Amino acid sequence: MLSKSQARNFFLGFTVLFSGTFLALTVDSIRQVPARSHEDQMTAQVVAGKEIWETNNCMGCHTLLGEGAYYAPELTKVVERRGEGYLKMFLRDPQAMYPGRRKMVQYNFTPEQIDEVIAFLTWIGKIDTNGFPAAPDLAPLAGASTK
Amino acid sequence: MRYRSQKVAYLFFATSILLLSLQILYGFIMGFAHVGYDNLHEVVPFNAARATHTNLLVVWLLSGFMGSAYYIIPEEAERELVSVPAAIVQWASLVVVSVTAVIGFHFNWWEGRKFLEIPRPLDYLVVVNVLLFIGNIGLTAWKGRRFTTTGMVLIAGLTSAALLYLPGMITFDSQVYDSYFRWWVVHLWVEGVWELIMGSILSFLLIKLTGVDREVIEKWLYVIVGLTFLSGILGTGHHYYWIGTPGYWKMIGGVFSGLEPLAFLGMALYGVTMSRRGGKRPENRIALAWTVGCGVMSFVGAGFLGFAHTLPQVNIYTHGTLVTAMHGHLAFWGAYAMVVLAMISFAMPELTGRKLYAGWVPEWAFWTSNIGMVGMTGAFAVAGITQVYLERKMGLDFLAVQEAISVHFIGLILAACLFTVGIGLYIWNFIQYGLPKDEAIQPGGSA
Ligand code: HEC
Ligand code: HEM
Ligand code: HEM
Ligand SMILES: [Fe+2]
Repeated sequence: MLSKSQARNFFLGFTVLFSGTFLALTVDSIRQVPARSHEDQMTAQVVAGKEIWETNNCMGCHTLLGEGAYYAPELTKVVERRGEGYLKMFLRDPQAMYPGRRKMVQYNFTPEQIDEVIAFLTWIGKIDTNGFPAAPDLAPLAGASTK
Repeated sequence: MRYRSQKVAYLFFATSILLLSLQILYGFIMGFAHVGYDNLHEVVPFNAARATHTNLLVVWLLSGFMGSAYYIIPEEAERELVSVPAAIVQWASLVVVSVTAVIGFHFNWWEGRKFLEIPRPLDYLVVVNVLLFIGNIGLTAWKGRRFTTTGMVLIAGLTSAALLYLPGMITFDSQVYDSYFRWWVVHLWVEGVWELIMGSILSFLLIKLTGVDREVIEKWLYVIVGLTFLSGILGTGHHYYWIGTPGYWKMIGGVFSGLEPLAFLGMALYGVTMSRRGGKRPENRIALAWTVGCGVMSFVGAGFLGFAHTLPQVNIYTHGTLVTAMHGHLAFWGAYAMVVLAMISFAMPELTGRKLYAGWVPEWAFWTSNIGMVGMTGAFAVAGITQVYLERKMGLDFLAVQEAISVHFIGLILAACLFTVGIGLYIWNFIQYGLPKDEAIQPGGSA
């Protein structure tokens, strides 16, 4: 039967082994992320946009890269989905476009700030996310049945 | 209780209970907003309500862990706490930090990283606070008359939780690294070192309540926390599928996080078998109910519902939907809320000398809150699964889908009312116990 000291060694052994593996994989990930996220395109404007994103806690309503809150749209591919023109107009006065819908905070951004937010979201949209968000796989089926 | 200084635990327990009530209030604000009643939007926008809800959760759990440690460590080390005034100062600073943070959230003062919203200046205060706490219990254990596995695992869990808070304080220009290291806090807490805290509190309670031999209980504690780290460290990879990190995390994260439920299965079996094996029926039956219930519900919420969306094939569709909220609620409830409530249920009669654990109030508190939370999980599940199919699999617009599923939030609110009744009864019971008393000290109490 398993003794207490064997149980302790099981605990300590795996902890050390997998902590080490995890750190090694972290080093390798950090090596690969710059290329996968196009760090060369991470301009000062992008970083400024991230700052706006953080100081206003946009993640408290939205998800980005799938992380955040489930109250407002996923924004990883929003620039691709809506286009810059729409977003510029929307961010100027979020509630004006579709009054009566779920509300976003009116931040009264300056045009420069709006450009920074869009630059940030554009940069996010180009990250290699291993295919997230996936294309809706049932959409073709649904389309076929209603035709 | 055997030592006078254990009384300080009461301050932390009372704080826990108070912050839990506030957390529930903000839950309702968000629940109503999801149905369309966002009348508070100008005063408490959704993001402020959410940051308050989740940060209050984390603080009341930490306060509960700290109270538990101040209660457990003297008993395990067989001596008084080295400094009660330091513990009181530490408690006061915890209250100050959390109240300031929560007020700040309402004035757009935060960091905007999920679960780590507390602004940087307050982070430093948290660090000082935690150092004071670790120093106090660490020294007590060090100078104690015996080292027990239960005590050591508890201190190891608390110390590593403190250390893992630090990666969350590094700032990066890249969102990818921000996210990468945010998980060192969030994931390695709840699926790593917090399980050490949970396991050791369960171990303490099972030793006290079942009469099973300490050696047996502590041996299995090692096995459980061994399984935790065996799976949970590389299991972090289940958060690295889609954030810009290399593709191998899909394999590594999928396999190892798929093993994580084993540790929670261990917790469930631990509670159930030890309570049967002991043959001793404790007087304080309700504390045992919370203890065993914690093991079982943690397996359902964290193990079973975690596994439901952890494989990359599933997670690519469920990632960042209400399915995550479903799992988050039952996991936090079953594992960490219930372990704190178990400890409080055990400690209150010991601290006050009053035996108010029999009768319908504590019994109904247990059942109503649990049934309510299971109902809430069901409501989130129905909303979440529908969202995944309509939005992620069929490609419908986000807000159109939200409208279609808003009816399930009425279900959520109804279940949350039941849950709140249960918590109300628990609080009523807690208040009835009154304050800790010196007369309750039993120097020769059972070890
Ligand atoms: C109180 C919650 C809330 C906060 C905080 C919030 N948003 Fe929103 N946001 C929404 C909602 C709700 C919508 C959808 C509104 C609509 O389409 O009518 C939205 C829509 C958007 C859209 C358009 C999405 C689309 O698919 O059309 C963008 C871009 C956006 N928000 C950016 C931001 C940024 C940047 C911040 C932070 C500075 C932010 N949001 C903060 C709630 C919020
Ligand atoms: C009783 C009333 C409660 C209600 C109505 C409620 C409701 C909610 C809502 C609506 C959200 C936000 C989901 C979103 O982003 O859209 C949320 C988040 C959250 N709540 Fe609650 N909640 C309640 C109690 C609790 C309790 C008791 C716990 C812990 C045990 C808890 C833990 C959480 C967690 C961890 C999150 C974040 C989830 C995530 O990000 O995936 N809540 N809650
Ligand atoms: C008590 C332990 C646990 C707690 C308290 C917990 C809580 C949470 C919370 C709050 C989140 C949302 C985090 C965020 O987005 O910031 C989350 C996400 C997640 N959890 Fe857990 N969890 C636990 C255990 C587990 C286990 C054992 C598994 C797997 C078997 C698991 C699988 C997941 C997955 C895959 C996600 C990501 C969801 C997504 O992609 O949106 N969890 N968990
Ligand atoms: Fe995780």
